[in-house]
Amino acid sequence: MIAHCVTAQQVDWSRSRPRDRALDTFIVSLVPQRAKVLDLGCGNGDLLLRLKADRKVEERGVELEPGAVAECLSRGLSVIQADLEASLADLREGAFDVVVLNQVLLATARPLHLLTEALRVGRRVLVSFPNFTYWRIRSQIVFKGRLPVNPTLPYQWYDTPNIRLATVKDFRALCQEKHWQVIKELFVNLDRQDLPRPVRFWPNMRASLALFALERGTR
Amino acid sequence: MTQIVKRPETLPEIRPPKIRRLEPVRTQTVIFEGPGETLHLESGQTLHPVTVAYETYGRLNEGRDNAVLVCHALSGDAHAAGYYGLEKDEKPGWWDVLIGPGKPLDTDKYFVISSNFLGGCKGSTGPSSINPATGKPYGLDFPFYTVKDMVQVQRRLLKHLGVPRLLAVIGGSLGGMQVLQWAISFPEMVRGAIPIATTARLSPQAIAFNEVARQAIMSDPDWNGGDYTLDAQPERGLGLARMIGHITYLSEQAMLHKFSRRFINGQGRSFCLTKDFQVESYLHHQGSSFVRRFDANTYLYITRAMDYFDLEAAYGRLSTAFSGCRCPFLVVSFTSDWLFPPEQSRELVQALRRVGLDVSYCNIESDQGHDAFLLPGHRMGDVVAGFLDRLTRMTAS
Repeated sequence: MIAHCVTAQQVDWSRSRPRDRALDTFIVSLVPQRAKVLDLGCGNGDLLLRLKADRKVEERGVELEPGAVAECLSRGLSVIQADLEASLADLREGAFDVVVLNQVLLATARPLHLLTEALRVGRRVLVSFPNFTYWRIRSQIVFKGRLPVNPTLPYQWYDTPNIRLATVKDFRALCQEKHWQVIKELFVNLDRQDLPRPVRFWPNMRASLALFALERGTR
Repeated sequence: MTQIVKRPETLPEIRPPKIRRLEPVRTQTVIFEGPGETLHLESGQTLHPVTVAYETYGRLNEGRDNAVLVCHALSGDAHAAGYYGLEKDEKPGWWDVLIGPGKPLDTDKYFVISSNFLGGCKGSTGPSSINPATGKPYGLDFPFYTVKDMVQVQRRLLKHLGVPRLLAVIGGSLGGMQVLQWAISFPEMVRGAIPIATTARLSPQAIAFNEVARQAIMSDPDWNGGDYTLDAQPERGLGLARMIGHITYLSEQAMLHKFSRRFINGQGRSFCLTKDFQVESYLHHQGSSFVRRFDANTYLYITRAMDYFDLEAAYGRLSTAFSGCRCPFLVVSFTSDWLFPPEQSRELVQALRRVGLDVSYCNIESDQGHDAFLLPGHRMGDVVAGFLDRLTRMTAS
């Protein structure tokens, strides 16, 4: 049954909304005009709507939360209510030009499998996640001894939908190991208004959010 | 690239809060008669002439591309929306929550067509109609018909109405089966399909309930081998069949909310076998009111048509069945529907996606069971409206 998903039920997604929308401009810039786009964990469809308006994409979304799915559908988006991983099994290889995994990777039980599947059905995969080695997080753990609760990780340890942690270095290492081609890397941290500011140097230390554009095969 | 602009949120369109009523509606009929109008049924038998009862709401536009066909379920009819305006306390059509000006099937925008399906007993030719060969009701002489046959007849009705293509076909339960069959039989005519609370094939459990309902009718002595006059129906059997049906349409939760274990009039146990509990009273009421508006033989045939519907058997594989379809689909199920469970809808979604179709799917939270698709109070309307908007935009571009 889909209801028995590993992610915590009843997650208050509104809390992570500023973070989830922070990279939209960057994501849109990495999507070609009229591309066929699959947004995995599309929430209430904000990104898909923007992609439709700015890039004229042929949109598909997958989302588990029934209220969010109903909202997507009432906004005229093509979205199915399903578990992310399970939903990919029905799709053919290369069925999409772009697959988006915006802030969902760490909330899944099998992130590696999800990434592999995303790269199978999509020619390009855009992945974003909070960077756990961001200096504020490091210092909070070191000096306060508490797990971070901040704009990029806006949940307490007991109610977070994230069941994984990752860092920029970890992700780069994984891409190298799997011979995935990294087309583009983008790093930002959020300012006081939750607006993203690009980070160019030492992203593993200085960026709170990371976005990778991947393609299959070696460089 | 580096410049970041915060965009205003795009919010869904808000429908005007004031819902206007449809103009008084009326049921019309068309008779398909004469050479070339003989209906060849899947059972191998033929039928001629064929009468179809239908209603339409809204107007067909100049491009003739705004028609939406509504398919009804087991006990429905052509009267899907609005009022005839004849009685004071008249009930509206069975899907009045969805159809009308400003409603999800917005009659200001769409031309909505609803017909009593082939083999029904509300104006279309069926087992209770007069057999021209004998001058008596067909009864069990009526040929067996299938969902595919119903769709063939609806196709003729559209031709009669001058509708070359449908913006969408929508229906729940048995109506949803017709929707699926439409997309398969006439892919060139369907621009969007909305199967709700339905399945590609009934579960053995659902067939079992249908069989118990049929046995209830056939074991009533008044049924008389299907040979009865309409004013001397097998009322006990048909009422019992409807009671069984109604149990399957509700959910445990819905019954608990509606009736709990309350006694009629709070009087407590009567120590006899008459109605004690409110839930019993409800079932008896449903049974007896159904008898006044439905025909027993028709019930036997329709449940058979549902049992026989099996896309996997008909086309080898479910995905093969849909391989010729072209239109986007919106599949809707309800969480507490155990007669047509969400799992069966997900099976549909899976098969449709496997052949690369554009599929939307929503499993709507409801404790109302299978009946939820007929009731207000959840997001089915929004979801349907959004999908129709999208279809209209796709047609325009």
